[in-house]
Amino acid sequence: MTERMVGIGAGAKELATEDMILNIGPQHPSTHGVLRLRLMLDGERISSAEPVIGYMHRGAEKLFEVRDYRQIIMLANRHDWLSAFANELGVVLAAERMLGMEVPVRAVWARTLLAELNRALNHLMFLGSYPLELGAITPMFYAFRERELIQAVLEEISGGRMHYMFNRVGGLKEDLPAGWLGRAGQAVAQVRSRLPDIEGLLLGNDIFLARTRGVGVLDRHTIMQYGVSGPIARASGVDFDLRRDEPYLAYGELPVKVATRTAGDCHARFEVLFEQLRVSLDLADACLARLAELPPGPINQRLPKVLKVPEGHTYAWTESPLGINGYYLVSRGEKTPWRLKLRSASYNNVQVLREILPGHLVADMVAILGSMFFVVGDIDK
Amino acid sequence: MAEVLDVLVRIASVMVAFLLLPLIVGQAEHKVMAHMQARLGPMYAGGFHGWAQLIADGVKFMQKEDIIPRAADRRVFALAPGVSLVPYLVVMAAIPIGPGLVAADLDVGLFFVLAVMGVGVLGSIMAGWSSGNKYSLLGGMRSAAQLMSYELPLVLAASSVAMAAGTLSLSGIVDAWQWWWLPWQAAGGVVFFIAGLAELRRPPFDMPIAESELIMGHMTEYTGMRFALFMLAEYVGIVVLSALTAVLFLGGWHGPLLPGPVWMLVKVALLSFVVIWLRVSYPRLREDQLQKLAWIGLVPVALGQLALTGLVKVLIV
Repeated sequence: MTERMVGIGAGAKELATEDMILNIGPQHPSTHGVLRLRLMLDGERISSAEPVIGYMHRGAEKLFEVRDYRQIIMLANRHDWLSAFANELGVVLAAERMLGMEVPVRAVWARTLLAELNRALNHLMFLGSYPLELGAITPMFYAFRERELIQAVLEEISGGRMHYMFNRVGGLKEDLPAGWLGRAGQAVAQVRSRLPDIEGLLLGNDIFLARTRGVGVLDRHTIMQYGVSGPIARASGVDFDLRRDEPYLAYGELPVKVATRTAGDCHARFEVLFEQLRVSLDLADACLARLAELPPGPINQRLPKVLKVPEGHTYAWTESPLGINGYYLVSRGEKTPWRLKLRSASYNNVQVLREILPGHLVADMVAILGSMFFVVGDIDK
Repeated sequence: MAEVLDVLVRIASVMVAFLLLPLIVGQAEHKVMAHMQARLGPMYAGGFHGWAQLIADGVKFMQKEDIIPRAADRRVFALAPGVSLVPYLVVMAAIPIGPGLVAADLDVGLFFVLAVMGVGVLGSIMAGWSSGNKYSLLGGMRSAAQLMSYELPLVLAASSVAMAAGTLSLSGIVDAWQWWWLPWQAAGGVVFFIAGLAELRRPPFDMPIAESELIMGHMTEYTGMRFALFMLAEYVGIVVLSALTAVLFLGGWHGPLLPGPVWMLVKVALLSFVVIWLRVSYPRLREDQLQKLAWIGLVPVALGQLALTGLVKVLIV
């Protein structure tokens, strides 16, 4: 017969815990598509995280090389499917710069307007989906109600609700329909008037604050290291916005207010998004007012049957809703680009997950992932 | 013969309530949520405003293939939905809806009800463990943690009422109820309702299910009827929680003008509405925040309520 002494901690060796590997995705509701995160878990605490990307890689950059410039617009507007207009913009700006083409002033203002409406659409989507990830289901429906209004006016001019294909090298596809400016103005006003619905549900809510304050803090240094841009960077105090700092389109003449926060946590990112939405609606109003004053004139350029861009290279970057979206265009004077490198916002933004996820709980992982505001197509290109 | 008939009628009426009330609550949730969210909800099934949506859902669930994953612990997996549903059925039998209108009037009704309700949570722990799925496992563990921390404030709050009434019988408690108990037991009532929500894993305490994190938590691997049973358990749970709160803190069948059972149903309906309302308007707490709420929020309040109850009892007597 053996005698046993049982004290505190007895059995701890036999009951040794071990880390569990949990694959979030590629099929998981909070990855908005097919991002995969390989998490090492100790209980519910994340000890290491590795984003695995590429499940949606479609070789967009390679496809650009065998399409002419009209076709590239169609391909380019798809990688970030929530900001199609902003994606088209970089391509046409690069091509126009190489061609030395002057875009009609009406087209410039209309492009600015559409870019801002597109930004509002994109931000509304995330303002709805982020709370959903934290378990609040209602803001999603409110956000979609507002999206519907803006989508209706965009559908009226372009026929598309997501992939507008309204940009052309040298301007826009068609002139704006009669009375459209008024309808767009109404939609903007209505969206603005109902924003407090979403705001009231979330921004003062104790649970929302508890879930987002101090969670997933990104500092300035990490932002710079990883090339994070857009609302995420601005939430960490990086005061950089191409619309103000390197104006393209008509932004030079517009008072672009750049929303920034210093906290760098999920809550700051959400607040930046909210403020940017307001700013976008204001900018859209300013564009609408300006468009109404402009004298009638052309909205695009007549293009040759075969559009060849002269030899050379240029880099056109724009402030996409999710961050910096850049196209590096190298042309050898043919009708297709020799190389068109795409620098997409989400690709850089999600890389930083590796840095901020470890040490957080699985529940926080969802809060952080949602606050990175990414589109999987934009990561995988 | 009359006794047998009596028992049969009681059993039948509990069964009817058990099958009917959750459906009504479920349908109300569809419609209330929809209208709060600027949409219509079900509109087609059954014709009038989609009244038969849940019946249609039930028919659909029955036709679905019953899948048990290969990695699952088959017996436990198959048993789990039953374990989470049946306790609520048993509890329902002990809840009085009018003077003498109760299927089983137990002397220790309150004790019985609280004890049996705790068993329901076992179902989700069993499901989480047996599914052979990491998400389910995390969900089951979260359920277990939640049960541990919320049972205490639930019991403390309920015992305050029992102390005030001087009995453990649910009918006895309602009989002893006076209108001024409302402010007297208010804090306890709030604690009981919140702790009950957490035990039911309803939003904002639904992190064991948390579809954006754990897919569906312990229910991830369930399909067809077994899944439907879990859903049914959730809605019966709402009914039971609302009824218990009404009996313990809102005076059960007491109320002016209307007959007793109607008052009881009105109170249950109102509380169920609050449960739905909370789901529409709140995000989800994190597991550790929930524990914090239980231990440094609800438990002290419940203890304070207990002390207050004792004090007032001493002063009155």
